[in-house]
Amino acid sequence: MALMGVVSVFAQDGGELRFCLRSEPKTFNPLLVEDEASETIRYLTGGVLVRVNRVTLKAEPELAASWKVFEGGKRIRFKLREGLKYSDGTPFSAADVAYTMEQLMDPALHSSTGDAFRSAEGKLVAQVISLSVVEISFPAPVANLVNLFDTVAILSAKSPQKEMAVLGPFYMAERKAGSYLLLKRNPNYWKKDAAGKQLPYLDSVRIDIEQNPEIEALRFQRGEVHLINTVSPAIFEKLSADNASVRDAGASTDTEQLWFNQVPGSPLPAYKKAWFTSTNFRRAVSEAINRGDLARIVYRGHAVPAIGIISPSNKFWFNSGLKPHPYDTASALRRLQQDGFRLQGDTLRDRAGNAVEFSIVTNAGNRTRESMATMIQQDLRKIGIKVNVVTLDFNSLLERMTQSYNYEACLLGFQNAELDPNSQMAVWLSSADNHQWNPKQTSPATAWEGEIDKLMRAQAASGDEHKRKQYWDRVQQIAWEQEPFIYLINKDALVAIAPAVKNAAPSVFRPQTYWNVETLALTQAH
Amino acid sequence: MKTMRIVAITVLCLTALTILGASYLAPAGYEQQFRETPQAGPSAHHPLGTDDLGRDRWARLLYGMRVSLTLAPLAALFTTVLAGLVGGIAGYYGGWTERCCKLLIDLFLSVPWLFLLITVRAVLPLNVSPEASVTVTFALLGLLGWAASARVICTGAKDLMKSEFVWQARAQGFSGFKLVRLHLLPNLRGALLAQFWISIPVFIIAEANLGALGLGVAEPLPSLGSLLRELQDVVTLRPEPWRLLPLAVLIVVISSFQALLNKQEVRA
Repeated sequence: MALMGVVSVFAQDGGELRFCLRSEPKTFNPLLVEDEASETIRYLTGGVLVRVNRVTLKAEPELAASWKVFEGGKRIRFKLREGLKYSDGTPFSAADVAYTMEQLMDPALHSSTGDAFRSAEGKLVAQVISLSVVEISFPAPVANLVNLFDTVAILSAKSPQKEMAVLGPFYMAERKAGSYLLLKRNPNYWKKDAAGKQLPYLDSVRIDIEQNPEIEALRFQRGEVHLINTVSPAIFEKLSADNASVRDAGASTDTEQLWFNQVPGSPLPAYKKAWFTSTNFRRAVSEAINRGDLARIVYRGHAVPAIGIISPSNKFWFNSGLKPHPYDTASALRRLQQDGFRLQGDTLRDRAGNAVEFSIVTNAGNRTRESMATMIQQDLRKIGIKVNVVTLDFNSLLERMTQSYNYEACLLGFQNAELDPNSQMAVWLSSADNHQWNPKQTSPATAWEGEIDKLMRAQAASGDEHKRKQYWDRVQQIAWEQEPFIYLINKDALVAIAPAVKNAAPSVFRPQTYWNVETLALTQAH
Repeated sequence: MKTMRIVAITVLCLTALTILGASYLAPAGYEQQFRETPQAGPSAHHPLGTDDLGRDRWARLLYGMRVSLTLAPLAALFTTVLAGLVGGIAGYYGGWTERCCKLLIDLFLSVPWLFLLITVRAVLPLNVSPEASVTVTFALLGLLGWAASARVICTGAKDLMKSEFVWQARAQGFSGFKLVRLHLLPNLRGALLAQFWISIPVFIIAEANLGALGLGVAEPLPSLGSLLRELQDVVTLRPEPWRLLPLAVLIVVISSFQALLNKQEVRA
């Protein structure tokens, strides 16, 4: 609140904030959001019951003045703010919340936002108790229930503008396909600063569609855009050298990882399947990779060696008992010897005498991943493993990963937008489509995958955060020991914020630079 | 002109010697990463400094020249022979043969090669060596790049067939292979050589662009094209002139070829 007071003294009201998106939003329906561009529009325009503060990571009241969770997350009651209106003047009430939740959970809608609330078979019941009180009941307890409402933009049940009537700080005013989106200040936005002045300070937000990050950086240098949410390490260094306002917000929750294809039905030869399903082989490869060098050279120091599933920056959920994987080629060779591998000259051979050689596929055009693969290639050469680096266009890569399973090892990254690891259910359940090393299993292929399945289901069904943390600590421990994903690095959140933007408080969590957009201000009219 | 020619021949000879002696001239292997000194400037150990992964730029340039300046001319030769065959046959025979050849040329020009190349990469095995990968890429470029040249050759051959000296030769009983060898090929040599020299830089740049599709040179093998990709980043490109050397080498080598071509054209 004190900060808001400072803003009102030094910053001018009005002005147009400008930044770029890599692609156009695929939808303006906030319930159908899946891509990052649509998520941005939902964040800037949608009114939510609860907002997770990207710095404190606490849920803060927005449209809901207060809430109470019952039966360990099976039921939640919201007390709403009164007298609020949508951007078109339609009054907001508990009926809108009930309408939104019913729409969201309609199976015919196929909403991934809604999927996060599906803890068990059965229907959701949204009961309007009064104009300002609504109670939502789920068939079973929902993990991380309160924070999930951060992604649910409340629609109007009555507005003729449907989803274009919004409760957020801005509304969609203009759009030119493939070029730009113009959001204007919502005149009915409910939030006020400490001095009682209506927010947001900005008049409008212009979002240009720009695919090329180099051109985006050039435009930032020229002062044509004010914010860049994700800056590459090379551009970061260049902008730093030019005294541009760039910030390293610290290690993000995003991961880059390598995994081996363990699908039993893949077209790989049997001896390679045996290598890839061996824990000793995977751990040996992991120990032979110099993660420190990856962070120092490829990311120019703007990354930290990864430990496991959850980044250490996610302080609550990270298992602090886990230590970084050592870089130790002697230990790697000892592990390989346990599985019958032997070093002949400079070539590693398995029991049957097959030279150990595999390919790492990654997406073409991603220089950092290509560089990481090239460094891993040299690291593994030291223990006699020959690696071929193959870059493929993304569609070919997806086809190999998800349909033909015709690949050996893959290097890709995950963007973990959610702090709560429950969102990783789709990766860690052995039956999940995104269980990349061996997806869609009818029953767990290994005992440790079976144990992870049980732990994942238990954490999802529990409303007790400390119990869930215990389950997650064990999942992290198993993943650390088995290494189905060889986690490489957690990259830093590198952002660029023009000096004209006041009150910016970049976070490592999305949306890094404009999560507090309603309090952002410009020093002069831009 | 004579001085230019001498300079051009000297440059090309030096280039050939450099390519042949790459393993003696390079201070380190092209793949060796000096991880303590990434992005270093020129020094006694690294005459052109090191790249982002700490690899010696001079070594990578030498081996990159070897790859590109060996395979690109081979691919250009292949494409020129194909263009000469199809274009020459079309121009020589005319009529239905010409129409069929032109149809083939139009077909090749209209096929969406980008998607075809993606498909080709998708069916290639993953465990191919970088050397095999780059050879396949240049072979594809040679196989696919002949159509535009064939059109030029066809027009040239057609014009020649209408010329007085060819009519005179025919009247004297020249036909078939003798007519082609004595009259058509010598007169088409300039056009064929021009297509050949033009194809070399085009293929080198095309190979660099194909990297975005997963075709082209695979790490850690360098090529002139992959070295030129570094210069694409307009913002992060530093004012370090030694980074521009691959571009300078390409320009000098191609200009030298062109200088020789001009002389030969004059003679033709």
